[in-house]
Amino acid sequence: MSSNVNSVSYTIRVALVLCAMCSVLISGAAVLLKPMQTANQILDRNRNILIAAGLYDPAVNTNADVQSMFERFNARIVDLDTGAYLTDEQMSELGIDPLTYSESAARNDPVFSTALSAEDDTANIRRRVRYATVYSIENPDGNYETLVLPVSGFGLWGIMYGYLAIEGDGNTIRGIGFYDHKETPGLGGEISNPMWQAQWPGKQIFDTAGDVAFQLVKGGGQGESEVDALSGATLTSRGVENMIAFWLGQRGFGSFLTNEVKG
Amino acid sequence: MSEMSKTILIKPIFKENPIALQVLGVCSALAVTTSVQVALVMAIALTTVTAFSNMFISMLRNHMPSSIRMIIQMTIIASLVILVDQLLKAFAYEVSKQLSVFVGLIITNCIVMGRAEAFAMKNPPGLSFLDGLGNGAGYSFILVTLGAVRELIGSGSILGVTLLPTVANGGWYQPNGLMLLAPSAFFLIGFIIWIIRNRDNSQVERNEFTMASHTVEKGAH
Repeated sequence: MSSNVNSVSYTIRVALVLCAMCSVLISGAAVLLKPMQTANQILDRNRNILIAAGLYDPAVNTNADVQSMFERFNARIVDLDTGAYLTDEQMSELGIDPLTYSESAARNDPVFSTALSAEDDTANIRRRVRYATVYSIENPDGNYETLVLPVSGFGLWGIMYGYLAIEGDGNTIRGIGFYDHKETPGLGGEISNPMWQAQWPGKQIFDTAGDVAFQLVKGGGQGESEVDALSGATLTSRGVENMIAFWLGQRGFGSFLTNEVKG
Repeated sequence: MSEMSKTILIKPIFKENPIALQVLGVCSALAVTTSVQVALVMAIALTTVTAFSNMFISMLRNHMPSSIRMIIQMTIIASLVILVDQLLKAFAYEVSKQLSVFVGLIITNCIVMGRAEAFAMKNPPGLSFLDGLGNGAGYSFILVTLGAVRELIGSGSILGVTLLPTVANGGWYQPNGLMLLAPSAFFLIGFIIWIIRNRDNSQVERNEFTMASHTVEKGAH
């Protein structure tokens, strides 16, 4: 054996057998673990929606509560251009379902997203999805109580993904939560700090003229549309501000809020 | 357990620590040690990968054509790392999100490749497995120590349990933000190396050259 270990045919055989074994192992693991991984991702997303809406307290609630609490939400898909909910026919035509639709996958699909011109791309996200999932809780009399909107924008190192919860008036913030970002821990990473996020609820997004007035102010945050910017993280703060302006403006949920919520 | 296997298992913890003596695998020691929990999961992941890759590489060591030796080692290591990554995503999703790319980067961790080349290629599978466990334990010891110090001083807690209530949460402790940044791990690793070498002089490196004694000053000006 050892005499021909270095022969060409033996080398090729060893390489083939090893590759085949490793690929079976990896693909087997990937297929078997896929359902659990997907369940984890959905659980994590749902938890972040609950955190943004101010319903979930990590110190009190556990993963087991997420499912029952999340059932209060209605998940519906909004066409961002028209601002209207998709009807069941439109959804089946597009082959999407509010429970499984993923904005992060749609972002890279030319059917579901459009490239933004540099001028329009104020949040620096390059591509914007055509459809977005909106989670809402309604009062018994049919009015909106809470709306949770997916938002994303470029910070310092990468795109920050989060959820913004607003009240039924379409103007007052209920809370913010980020589920994925790459900001510097301790500086820009403080966007995930509950102490900082606690300033958000109650702030007004729009001014009387209907334009986005919400901003992050250094050393401030007293005004009705202001939150204190993060110290040592100017670019992250600017990114958060641009993100809110973009997603609540006309290229984001602006027409949805005008048509469905305020109208 | 025979004397030899015991030595192989214990030696890499203090005497031949992969981080403190060989200064391998420092990159991940800087990146994932801001909290004990993350450091612990990373340590377990690396120990598992090193132990099993050592074992499999040692099993195949007499059948490896020398021209593709490195590629075979990398294939085995990479497969194990992907497997660990998939398992973490399925069973410890929160932690896997914090570890992000660093689990994938175990593939390039010098400790794994270094033990495969230095030990597993020359020794039987059982001993290679122990060597992998031992080196993993040495790495884990440094990682968890760093994680504990950095989390305590940087965030006032250990394993998420608050020990020093921070000012931001209404307590008295002003956390040291430097401890959350990568350079602090460099300083701490330096301290650990200093303490270990102080106790065990044999780890101190020999001078590469000897200083010449002062030449006598003569006939100056």
